[in-house]
Amino acid sequence: MRTLSAAALTDTVARLCVQANTQLPADVAAALDHSRQGEPWPLARETLDLLWDNLSLAREQGMPICQDTGMACVFVELGQEVFIDGNFEEAIHQGVRQGYGEGFLRKSIVADPLRRGNTGDNTPAAITLRLVPGDRCTVTVAPKGFGSENMSRLKMLKPADGVQGVKDFVLETVRLAGPNPCPPMVLGIGIGGSFDKVTYLAKHALLRPLNQPHPDPYYTALEAELLEAVNTLGVGPQGFGGKTTCLGLAIETAPTHVAGLPVAVNVSCHVTRRASEVL
Amino acid sequence: MQHRLTTPVTREDLAPLRAGDTVLLSGVVFTARDAAHGRMMEQLDRGEALPFPVEGSALYYVGPTPERPGQVIGSAGPTTSGRMDAYSPRLLDLGQAIMIGKGARNQAVKEAVVRNGAVYLAALGGAGALMAASVKTLEVICWEDLGCEAVRRLEVEDMPLTVILDSQGGDLYESGPAAYLEARDGKTG
Repeated sequence: MRTLSAAALTDTVARLCVQANTQLPADVAAALDHSRQGEPWPLARETLDLLWDNLSLAREQGMPICQDTGMACVFVELGQEVFIDGNFEEAIHQGVRQGYGEGFLRKSIVADPLRRGNTGDNTPAAITLRLVPGDRCTVTVAPKGFGSENMSRLKMLKPADGVQGVKDFVLETVRLAGPNPCPPMVLGIGIGGSFDKVTYLAKHALLRPLNQPHPDPYYTALEAELLEAVNTLGVGPQGFGGKTTCLGLAIETAPTHVAGLPVAVNVSCHVTRRASEVL
Repeated sequence: MQHRLTTPVTREDLAPLRAGDTVLLSGVVFTARDAAHGRMMEQLDRGEALPFPVEGSALYYVGPTPERPGQVIGSAGPTTSGRMDAYSPRLLDLGQAIMIGKGARNQAVKEAVVRNGAVYLAALGGAGALMAASVKTLEVICWEDLGCEAVRRLEVEDMPLTVILDSQGGDLYESGPAAYLEARDGKTG
């Protein structure tokens, strides 16, 4: 058994909140750069260049890349042999409170979905915990803006809809999203599982680096085909028109019921943020 | 085509703007998002004055990050404008001339834009640091309890914007992708 102090967990979460909001992951930045090099439509190219400039400005001034510094989605892969010497969830909430305060990040969380009321410190975090073998603890903070979150969708397809049904649903989701989620977008796609699991798969897919395709060749091919299809729609950067509608997408799957084919698309934007650390 | 505009603007100032044109906007811009719009509607229902002079005004749908000491404003890109669709026609009919945000608007807003000779301009979504660079002063003028949603008075200089909806019924979110697809398919087919 290894003891991990709750204070260390707090400090890590705080640091990752600031890092994720001010520095775009290298793979997302590379995808943006690659897209602007290959964008043939002048207005779209200019727009992508401005988004690129924004990244350097944010870095130089230590400013958040986007003002929607998001809901703090915190994913923890906790080794079964780790003992935490305090309140696990509270340690994470405290990290978010600290990071969003000290990092001058925006507080975007309301305490109640209907009665609203800003909590003032961006807590609570949205925590997802998975127990894994070993004595390590991997923490990932993925702040999620809601301009794109609001365009995300779930559908319980019929097994007969098959892969074509999945493709149609993804394309329909992008069309309906149009300019709203700040394209070029990033898509996390969940297929299978149950009503609740499929949305988790879609969200978790957004954590995979864009330069890392699905390990199963069947899904590698499907990812490539879907990305190409999305980028023929013409939505373009910011919805002004152009080739670059999507920077990248990732599919995650799970076994499902004989009667079902759940599919979920978690829409994200060109500021798809995540930062990880292993404790 | 690029236009330079200074607020407050008149209907005549906005008449030449067409969907797809760019604008460098200077002058005073007020910020308001969902919660502030809700409160403005309550004020109007009670027959009270709005927190800012509405005639010829520009409203920016933004909730900036807190400014660090020495900074004018934090990261300050636009939020999704569609959430303001329920409120915008009433404000446009009262004289608001410019809406700044990102994302699609509904038919009622498009009609109010045409009816009033107003415009809807897009700021660059997700480019908070870049948009912040054109803000020269900031003052919270009311509803501080709303935090990032409080109404702020900004003085801006050459804020880079793109015309989405114009007074002739133009909509870049329709015409932009259509023009790209036509050019692409014309070339390849």
